[in-house]
Amino acid sequence: MNPIDPQLPPGDPLVMLGLLASAILFAVGIVGFLSRRNMITMFLCTELMFQGAGLAMISYGRQHMDLSGQVFVIFILTVAAAEAALALGLVVLLYRRKETLSAEAWKELAES
Amino acid sequence: MIAAPAMLSSVLALAEGPLDAHAAPELRWAGLALLLPLISGVLCLLCGWMKVRSKLPAALTIAALGGAFATILRLQGAVGETPVVINLFDWISWTWGDGSRFHGFTANVDLYIDRLTVFWMLFVTGLGTLIALYASEYMESDVGKGYTRFFGAVSIFLFAMGCLVMGGNLVMLYLGWEGVGLASYLLIGYYFTKPEAVAAAKKAFIVNRIGDLGLALALFLIWQCYGTVEYAALWKAIEAAPASSEWTAQAIPWLLMLGAFGKSAQLPLYVWLPDAMEGPTPVSALIHAATMVTAGVYLIARMFPLFIVNPDALAAVAWVGGLTALLAATIGMAQYDMKRIWAYSTISQLGYMFLGLGVGTTFGASYHVFTHAFFKALLFLTAGAVMHGFAGQLDIRKLSGLLKVPGFRLVSLLAVLGCFWLAAFPFTAAFFSKDEILVSAFTAKDERVHVLGWIGLVVAALTAYYTFRVGFRVFFGPVKYEPGDEHHGHDDHQDHGHDHGHAHGSHGASAAHGGHGHHGEFHPHGPRWAIRVPLVLIAVGAMLAGWPSYRTMLNHGEPNWVKTQVAQSSAYQGVAAESHGSHDDHAAAPTAAEGEHAHADHGHLVLGMDAHTAVGRLGSLACIAGILVSLYLHLINRGAADALRRTLMGSIATRWIVVGAERKWLVDEFYDWVIRLPLRLVANILSAIDELLLDAGIVNGIGALPAAFGRLFRPLYGGVVQGYAVTMAGGVALVAAWVIWIWLRGAN
Repeated sequence: MNPIDPQLPPGDPLVMLGLLASAILFAVGIVGFLSRRNMITMFLCTELMFQGAGLAMISYGRQHMDLSGQVFVIFILTVAAAEAALALGLVVLLYRRKETLSAEAWKELAES
Repeated sequence: MIAAPAMLSSVLALAEGPLDAHAAPELRWAGLALLLPLISGVLCLLCGWMKVRSKLPAALTIAALGGAFATILRLQGAVGETPVVINLFDWISWTWGDGSRFHGFTANVDLYIDRLTVFWMLFVTGLGTLIALYASEYMESDVGKGYTRFFGAVSIFLFAMGCLVMGGNLVMLYLGWEGVGLASYLLIGYYFTKPEAVAAAKKAFIVNRIGDLGLALALFLIWQCYGTVEYAALWKAIEAAPASSEWTAQAIPWLLMLGAFGKSAQLPLYVWLPDAMEGPTPVSALIHAATMVTAGVYLIARMFPLFIVNPDALAAVAWVGGLTALLAATIGMAQYDMKRIWAYSTISQLGYMFLGLGVGTTFGASYHVFTHAFFKALLFLTAGAVMHGFAGQLDIRKLSGLLKVPGFRLVSLLAVLGCFWLAAFPFTAAFFSKDEILVSAFTAKDERVHVLGWIGLVVAALTAYYTFRVGFRVFFGPVKYEPGDEHHGHDDHQDHGHDHGHAHGSHGASAAHGGHGHHGEFHPHGPRWAIRVPLVLIAVGAMLAGWPSYRTMLNHGEPNWVKTQVAQSSAYQGVAAESHGSHDDHAAAPTAAEGEHAHADHGHLVLGMDAHTAVGRLGSLACIAGILVSLYLHLINRGAADALRRTLMGSIATRWIVVGAERKWLVDEFYDWVIRLPLRLVANILSAIDELLLDAGIVNGIGALPAAFGRLFRPLYGGVVQGYAVTMAGGVALVAAWVIWIWLRGAN
């Protein structure tokens, strides 16, 4: 559409594959997150969703012939690593309080 | 007579406007009288900040006030017949439009120095110094925070009083007027942990506020009518257009009067002064007897050119003064608290001063202020010394024969002397000043006020009675005393009057109070030098206050010193021409014009005698009669006083006299019902509206809205993380579906 923006023709197989994989990763992540009660598993599921989103970015980057998508993902991975350390630390603290990893144990934080 | 040409020139000078400071180099230090108390006030503040725990604040204050007194003494020598305006610095100066008379407002920090100013400041600073010295001992049990606060407030008071009296315009006067009100409030509420003292302080402040409103409005109207608030320009403007019949000009004296009645405790607004006795006694002596309460008299005397053109206003002043004198005297007869009796006598004497102003003798009023300042300060200070020594005892039924208590002989002697002055015993200073006022009342041009002369004579008899009721009960008779319930933290009970107090007190009622202190019995301690010296000096001052009259009496032809002081000021502008003039021996009249009037006035006869002779004789008679009645009822046969009270109480027809006088004619209760109760009702209604409608309804109602809204959505947050995740994912899915739907529609 934009003449300055070079684009692969629609239906590039690698892009399609990447997008499909990203959709699958995201769906697996969301289903896992919704169905499990173990906080570490739930955290891993969020990581899966994360990576799904990252893969979608890389795929679109290829579609648009642009490296920004990949650069972005490098940054996201860095931030995700830091965030993972933080989240696991939180999980450890929560475990120490209740001697269980179940998210059900923290229901009392509800509004009502 | 010799003074006549000089006087004429001074009148001319008054009209032409005052000299400036360059013309009078001796006067350029006048500002010190204001500056020194201000500095000592600031230093006291510093002392409080640095937590000084010595008598340093007292020393600072005494030094500053002494300096101010010395400055005023120097001024007394230097001030001439023409007023001098000394500009300290420029303060307010606005002009608009073409900047002509009504298009500008100037109020600089000026001092207006004429003889009335100096006369007034003379006893203000002099008594201030002596009373500060007295207080340095009296307040010594509070050394530390309270001591600093006390002397700081005294310094502020003297500064404000200086502003009021010496200020060159009405704005400065108003500043000082409010300043003395503030100092009075701070000092009445000195014992701020005592609820009565706090209530009294608030009462004084609020009642004064009503008067201050009058003064403020008068100030506005003066500017509106005369275009200036500076004395020098104001006198010129009044002279140019003396009596405007517009209501604004007519209202000015009435509003000024309201201010004066508030500050000087006159009839509708006098109720604060008796309660003001909750303050420490030196304060009662300085502020609520000798100086501050005379500010109203000063105001009217200073503004006399505005009053002289309004005979109705003058008559009102006279009537209010006369009735206040009568009412306060009747209340004073039936009180038992020594300080309270002196407070009512102060109101009564102030009533005399206003009576004097109202009948046109600014000289008589100022003279009475002068003599009253000394003897009333003396009476209060001796009462304070007694109170100090007897642990706060002031009930005249529980003190007797103090003349014979060692350590109190001097105090008692001086108190009895003070009683003679207050009773206006013949040939004391107050006798002459009161005489001056009553003669003017009898000879006033305005027929409506003549009856006030008779009221004044009745009050003179009542005054003599209640004064000596205290005198005979407390200082004469058998030695007998009970201590009050305040125990000063003094350790010097042992060395002051210890043995003697023991011996004498033991046959009194004090044995009944054996549990007092650790000594097993109460030992009154006599005052030391810092109380004795001021007492003696003030007594000497009270004696000397009569000096001008003695001189006039002894060598005819010599004008009364006070009269020359008052005459060469605005207080006499127009008096000679308008009023009845002088009824004094005419030789004493400071102007030739007045002397002629004096001749004409000899037509006034009272009981077939010349007014002067008649009042002198009747006044002496009234005084002596009062003293004799008091002598019988309160010294020779004290049982008779109680029997008389019982008899009066026994009959319905006379019961009201006793109950009324003892309960202060229920004026406080009347104000409670008529003013405070409705106000409190309105306040309660408004408070209820505030609490129920504004606070509970509007403020809390709006605050409750978000909470109620939140409660709607609260069930969505059940605490299951997956529930939130589903909501979120569903939301995202919905948004995505919506976007896709839009996109598909757009694509078609």
